[in-house]
Amino acid sequence: MHDIGVALQMVFDPYNLWVMFAASLFGLFVGAVPGLTATMATALLVPVTFFMAPIPAIAAIVSATAMAIFAGDVPGCLLRMPGTPASAAYTDEAYAMTRKGQTELALGAGLVFSAIGGLFGTAVLIVSAPALADFALRFSSFEYFWLVLLGLSCAIVITAEQPLKGIVALLLGLLVACVGLGNPAGFPRFTFGNTELMGGIGLIPMMIGMFAVSEIIRYAVDTSPKLAIVDQPIGNVFKGMWALTKRYPVQILRGNIVGTLVGALPGAGADIAAWMSYAISKKFSKEPQKFGTGHVEGIVESGAANNSALAGAWIPALVFGIPGDSITAIVIGVLYMKNMNPGPTLFTQNPQNIYAVYLLFIVANLLMVPLGWLCIKAAKQILRVPRNALMPLILLFCIVGTFAINNTPFDVGVMLAAGVVAYVLEENGFPSAPAILGVVLGGMLEENFVTSMIKSEGDLLAFFSRPIAAALGALTLSAWFLPPVIRRLRRLAGASAAV
Amino acid sequence: MKINDAVFGALLLVLGLTVLVHVQSFPKIPGQNVGPALFPGSIAVVLVVCALLLILTGVRSRAQVAWFEALPWLRSPRHAAALVAVIASTIAYIALANAVGFLIVAPLALVAMFIAFGVRPVTAVVVAVVGTLVIWYAFYKLLRVPLPWGVLERFAF
Repeated sequence: MHDIGVALQMVFDPYNLWVMFAASLFGLFVGAVPGLTATMATALLVPVTFFMAPIPAIAAIVSATAMAIFAGDVPGCLLRMPGTPASAAYTDEAYAMTRKGQTELALGAGLVFSAIGGLFGTAVLIVSAPALADFALRFSSFEYFWLVLLGLSCAIVITAEQPLKGIVALLLGLLVACVGLGNPAGFPRFTFGNTELMGGIGLIPMMIGMFAVSEIIRYAVDTSPKLAIVDQPIGNVFKGMWALTKRYPVQILRGNIVGTLVGALPGAGADIAAWMSYAISKKFSKEPQKFGTGHVEGIVESGAANNSALAGAWIPALVFGIPGDSITAIVIGVLYMKNMNPGPTLFTQNPQNIYAVYLLFIVANLLMVPLGWLCIKAAKQILRVPRNALMPLILLFCIVGTFAINNTPFDVGVMLAAGVVAYVLEENGFPSAPAILGVVLGGMLEENFVTSMIKSEGDLLAFFSRPIAAALGALTLSAWFLPPVIRRLRRLAGASAAV
Repeated sequence: MKINDAVFGALLLVLGLTVLVHVQSFPKIPGQNVGPALFPGSIAVVLVVCALLLILTGVRSRAQVAWFEALPWLRSPRHAAALVAVIASTIAYIALANAVGFLIVAPLALVAMFIAFGVRPVTAVVVAVVGTLVIWYAFYKLLRVPLPWGVLERFAF
């Protein structure tokens, strides 16, 4: 009880509330401008949070990302262009609603059900994380080895259209994680005698490069024509929301559950949650023929899903240190910087911090309703901000922010290289989520692998000798071998059906 | 730029083999079979296998996918210039910021990018100066990041 009191004090501290407010406005802006993503908002916040206490630092990220995922719906409605990838699934639907004169309904559904989705995901986080942490306290290096490997495998199975390219992206990430002294033997690997590389390739510069600089490059070479804003007065967005809730209770619940689960799976975040939920909504709808013509049902369900995914992704991140999406991959970096190392002990040693994180989520999702309303009111002004003047300023911010972490220009070089490489790879179908997971989890994977190998004296069967480890191992192996087998069976079934 | 999978495969093959050769020089830990070479070595082996598979799929798709395929922006001077401006400004900053100073390099880099991005010259100069000062104030004054003064060292405050 005392811990909850401390947490309340930390969260409702005036400085913290001010940070949440400012970060929310920042998140709304970043989310509403097409080409700037929620992950980018997180990456840009890191250099600033670097100078804050742990709780305000986390508060800034939680508020900014929640707002950005909602705000991504706004340009979808008005420009037919998603503000963040998480809104892409239902952008056409939302724009079709605008064409029918239902802008308020589309934006209102996005806002209200985003907040509900965020709160649902938070509730699952509050209930499941401590239970999982309790369970994880008994894990040894064998269990952790399999858990990390399972997480990495999930990232490939879920995110990659071509699994081979997903695996390559993961391997490149793991190789990057090998650089430096940070390995069990403490031997400097791949440093080429460079002292800057001794400590490894900086996580933050790399992430700013991958998620911010690569987007700036993408904007620079984007040849698609400029889009016109739909000029239409926007009325009361809260009108009709209660009716929608009564009409689509199953859809809302389903969107929340699917979103939280997809979020909790490593590598898959809000964007995949929205795509999956939209597809599920259409499949089980009583009126699937209306989808795509400006029908609100899919927006209700997937709008809830992408915000619940955001909270879901924090479950594995806090309990095991395995990020659920690219945002939490950055968050894990921040937690280490703040000496709040993720893992089950975080729940037993510093429970007040965990309670504070829960509270931050609740406050941020409640704050979303009034601030989101303001954002909708100001939408046309935000969308008129010239992006050609904005992008160079963001690049300068990236450069200075990267420099600020270690005060070395070397890191700025890392940032640029990571940005260019991420851009080229993504253009050619290599997904970035497995790569970033490889970088974040490489050290953990190696450490647990080496510890296990030493304990078992090189006997690989020992990796299956403990019951939980054996179960996790079996799950991992089935994640590798089941999808290709199922695909083959399906093809066979299809071939025999055609005969 | 669209690049055929086989080209990526070839590059990754070189990378994988280089890592494999390089890790042979890592020290062995006496009495143990797990040294610092094991983990990167295993990754490199899988990478080599994946690289070979990529080469295979790339060569098979050769009829549809050229080795290199220029995307629309390469044919549009404005977009190519924008890309060059982004990369060149960053490199120029890394190379010159310490010697010349943040307050000189940053606005010049911004103006170069603004012009390449199609911002009108007057607006470009004004936004560059204001933007530089705001970022400088936020990081140098508020967050105390030692942004370099360069040639302006004696005016430092």
